[in-house]
Order: sequence, then structure tokens, then C-alpha cells
Amino acid sequence: MSIRRLSPNQPASFAFSPATLKAAKVWMANFPAGKQQSAVVPTLWLVQKQEGWICEPAIRAVAELLGMPVIRVLEVATFYTMFMLEPVGDVALVQVCGTTPCQTRGAEGLMAVCKRKFGAQNHRSADGKFYWQEVECLGACSNAPMAAINDYYYEDLTVESFEKILDDFAAGKTPKPGSYIGRQGSAPEGGATTLTDAKLFDGSLGKKIKIPNLPAKPTKTKAPA
Amino acid sequence: MAGILADKDRIFLNLYGQRDWGLEGAKARGAWNGTADIVTQTPEWICDQMKASGLRGRGGAGFATGLKWTFMPKVESERPHYLLVNADESEPGACKDRDILRNDPHLLIEGCVIACRAMRSKQAYIYIRGEYVHERERLTAAIKQAYDAKLLGKGSILGYDVDVGLQHGGGAYICGDETALMESFEGKKGQPRLKPPFPAGAGIYGCPTTVNNVETIAVVGTILRRGADWFAQFGTEKSTGTKLFAGSGHLNKPCVVEDAVGISVKQLIEDHFGGVRGGWGNLKAVIPGGISVRMIPAEEAEVALMTYEDLQARGSGLGTGTMIVFDKDADLVKAIARASYFYKHESCGQCTPCREGTGWMWRVMERMVTGEAEMSEIDLLLDVASQVEGHTICGLGDAAAWPIQGLFRHFRHEVEDRITQYRARKGSYAGASIAAE
Repeated sequence: MSIRRLSPNQPASFAFSPATLKAAKVWMANFPAGKQQSAVVPTLWLVQKQEGWICEPAIRAVAELLGMPVIRVLEVATFYTMFMLEPVGDVALVQVCGTTPCQTRGAEGLMAVCKRKFGAQNHRSADGKFYWQEVECLGACSNAPMAAINDYYYEDLTVESFEKILDDFAAGKTPKPGSYIGRQGSAPEGGATTLTDAKLFDGSLGKKIKIPNLPAKPTKTKAPA
Repeated sequence: MAGILADKDRIFLNLYGQRDWGLEGAKARGAWNGTADIVTQTPEWICDQMKASGLRGRGGAGFATGLKWTFMPKVESERPHYLLVNADESEPGACKDRDILRNDPHLLIEGCVIACRAMRSKQAYIYIRGEYVHERERLTAAIKQAYDAKLLGKGSILGYDVDVGLQHGGGAYICGDETALMESFEGKKGQPRLKPPFPAGAGIYGCPTTVNNVETIAVVGTILRRGADWFAQFGTEKSTGTKLFAGSGHLNKPCVVEDAVGISVKQLIEDHFGGVRGGWGNLKAVIPGGISVRMIPAEEAEVALMTYEDLQARGSGLGTGTMIVFDKDADLVKAIARASYFYKHESCGQCTPCREGTGWMWRVMERMVTGEAEMSEIDLLLDVASQVEGHTICGLGDAAAWPIQGLFRHFRHEVEDRITQYRARKGSYAGASIAAE
């Protein structure tokens, strides 16, 4: 378990933006009537998108919106580690995956870059622009090492390419997510060695087919001529 | 041909996202082809075909899919039936479902419709991990395409109406457990439920629910299109079909690839993953199925097969079929200590053996990394690991114990050497520091 508490510095109030509220209502309608509690994680996430973090007044607002006791929303906000409980960097939240597959391919080097640039993890950098942390497996192990910056994955990083990405963010740019050694998705470096058969993609698989092994239909007897 | 599976027998034809992920592209590659003929069959026929295909759940546990579906009630009562697709892929090493979600989402949506028919359900939900933002956007768009094309929703052109909805998580590995997934789905902390009642009796909102992995559901359409016998011809009697494999760690070309179950570990690494860094002779150990299975050393990796039974016989497991490879330069103790930290971080805190045990095991493992430990602590650690294993509501306690057990089973001597060296070093350092003062 990880100990997670609300920030001691809380704003006085919170209000949903119209866009957030609209998106939250879509999530609420996604579940059966009376089961709006199911939308609590997506709604908190929307709040985090709006504010950058989850503050205590927002927890109350979400509870009211979904008709839940405040303690249940507080429980959820502190249980799920994606929710940031204090303000993060104005420019970027940098989450470096440090779990074994990334560790074996150099995640420690990436974290050293963050430490050098922004200071200790789980704190805002001195200029308030960045906030970095080591996170558990982000599920892109074949493209290790990687980091999620503001929700999107930057993969196959090296110390050099990672530094360049962070510098670009600092300069107000938004570098393109994806592989930084030119891989297509999770294909092997240098290009896929499978799925090269052109017949798979000429549309022939889309032609009408007969499903095999169907139960035999009772054969109709022909009407006498 | 790389590997043992020909291109014509692959299911995921847009694995790397080289082509159109959308409805038209997916249709040209065979998705949604003949779906109407399938869903107008009886649920029994679909379940029988799935049983005959030998498909086993791809989320790690490997339970027979066709059989699992038959556990659902045969008649729908006032409580609706639900299919819940587990897309909470968070196991270190596992990154295969992500490629389905972002590049072949229509195979998954089609599979949801067929699986719903097999379980007399009208509603499927896909629970995707919160961090997969890009994948969620893709999936949302693909679901909308399917609704627009009347493949989903009321008045479906398939002749069987199914709704597919999304839910997302908040970054908790524990929610990959099916009962924790259901708790989280309902908007609660993801703490696993006791079984029984089993999900097929009382799942989300107390209604009959079946939880399946993304890959399991995504292969259903193709299996029925090509026939159960086509799928069953690959692999062994107990481990059939094709499967996505992923490689990470000390490989020359780590990637995700589809191949037949039963491919040897060596061929998978050499053919698809570009070989071990520094050559096959430089291999030290392989964790074949995601970090929660026990590792196998190089000499066993030489002959091991990627099947449920072969890896189980070696004290390991196929798990999700996503391997982590270590070369001779790797610090295995550190790698497993990091895995222990992962489990400590992800324990939900419900069961005492896991909540306390994972943290305790991690702290001892960290000392083993530097060698700052007593020799007797190795046995104590293994004793604690075995007390966590099997004494928790869900499998996270087991999963936390297995990597440690695997390490000590094959590489105990390395930890012992480290402890010895630390002590030897410490003795001389102490003397030196006194002299310097």
C-alpha cells in the first residue's frame, strides 16, 4: 500500500467547468439508472484534467453530483494512485515507469535526468513548471524505458532523447508521443518481420464467407413438380 | 518464416498499427465478417465451439473460456447478465492487450457481441486501465463507429442487440483481479471480494457477470469464422491456438508478436525478439509470463516451451505470455527487489498477510541487494513468502511470493555470495575508517 493523504493546502472552493460537467454527465448516463456511483473514477479524472489535481472541495462536489457520501469519494481519491492530491507542474506531470522491465533497460537513467532537472520526486520543480514521480508499470514494456508525460506515452527513450523532450516541454512545445527510435507501435526495431503477406490486406478476407461447423438445418423436402 | 506461425493464420492483422484501425479497415481484414450468422446461433452452439477450440483465458489464469461461459445462468431473470472485459493490463512485462485496444479495437467489440450472445447478455463493459488514455480514445471512437454502423445498440443489423460501454480505472494493479475489477467498476476501492458467490452468480450490481481478458474476447470472432478445429490445430492438446507474446528486458529487438502457443522460448527469443543482448550464451534467466511467475534459468530456457503445462512443470507459468529476459550482466536480486516494491505498492491493504508481508519482503529484499543481511534471513524470507502465498483473498499475495521463490530456487548462491562479500568488505572498511581518523 502507499500512504496517500490530502494536501494540507486546500482551495476554498471548487466548481465544475461546463465541459467537465457535460463529460461527467455522459459517464453517468453510461451506467444503469441508480448506479451513478460507477462514474466516480472517470469523474474524478475529469476534475483532475480541469484542475491538475484533486482538492478537497472537488471531492465534496463530486460526492454531491453522484449522490455519494463524501467519505466514499475520499476513499476512492486516496486509493487510486492516478489521482494527484497536490498541485502538479503547470507545464507537465512526468511519470517515469520504474518497474523491472523498464529498470532493466535504463529507467534509472531517466529518473536521474528528472532529479537533476526538477529536484526530488513528488514535488513541484522550483519554477513550478514540472512535477515528476516514479510510477509502477504503465504497460508498455516492449517499448521500455518509457515515461508518461501529461497522459501520453513517450517510448524507447534514452537519456538524450528524454532530456530533449523535457526541454521541448519547458520551451512550451508539445513533443509527439510514441517511440523515439522510430518504431511503429510495438513492432521490432527495424520493421515488422511478421504480417508481411500482402494477401492479408488485399480485402479478400472481407469477402462473404460461410461459417464452418454450423448445425445442420433441417433439409426442406422439395415440393412435387 | 520467423517463428512457427504463417501469416495466413494470424488473428491480429493490425498488431503494429500499420493500417486503418477503423471499421472499414477492420472489415477488409475480416472483422465483423459473418458475425450475423454466428450470433443467430444458440448460446450452446457458441459455447460448444469455444470448448472445442480449447481456448484458455489469456489474462494469466488460463481457465477454459467455453466452460467459463456455461457457468452463466441459462435463463435471464430480472437481473441482467453482464460481460466485463478486463483491459486493466498492469502486470510488469505485459503489454499485449494495449496493441489490441489501440490497433484492432473492432476485433474486441465484435468478440463482445458474440460472447454476450453466448451468455445471454445484452450489455458488455470494457474496463480499461486509466493510464491508457490514447487507447481509451481509440476504443471510444471504435465503439462509436460500431454504433453508427448499427452493429451495436437497439435494432442491430446482426439480429442480436448488444450495448458495449466503457469504464476506466485509476491506476491500481489490483483491479486486474476479477472481483476487485467489479468493485472498482461499481465506483469503490478496488478491494477483492470473497468467493463464493462467484461472479457468474453475483457480479457487478449483484447480477451474473463474466470477466474475460481482452485477448480472450478479441480472438473469439476469428475462431468461429475459421472453425474451432483451425484454432485447435496449433499448440498442444492442453494449450491450443495462437497467442500474443511480448518480450522485454535484455533483448536486441523487444516487441509484441503473435505466434502459435507451444513455440519454444528459445525460438521466440531468437526469431522474434532479435535474440538476447550479447547472444544466446549471454542469457541468465527468463521470466516467461509476466513478473508474477517464477523465473527459469538459462539452461531450462534452452528447452522450455511456451505452453501452460511445460512451464508449470518447471515451476513457472505461461501467465500472460509476456516474458522478461535477463542477460548475464543483469542484477537479478535488484530486479526482483523492484518487483517486490511493485507488490508492496499495489497491495490493496485488505488482507493482513499481503499488506504487511509485501512491505516486509520488499525491505528484506532491498537489504539482500546490497548484501546487508544475515544468512539465516534467506530462509526466514522464504518462510514468510510461503505464509503470504495462499493466505489472501486474491492472487496478489501469491504473485508477490512467486518471484522471490523463483529467485532463490535458482540463484540462491548469488545472494549468499553477496552477503559474504558485504561482510568481508565491511570488516576491512571499518578498520580503514578508524585508521584514517
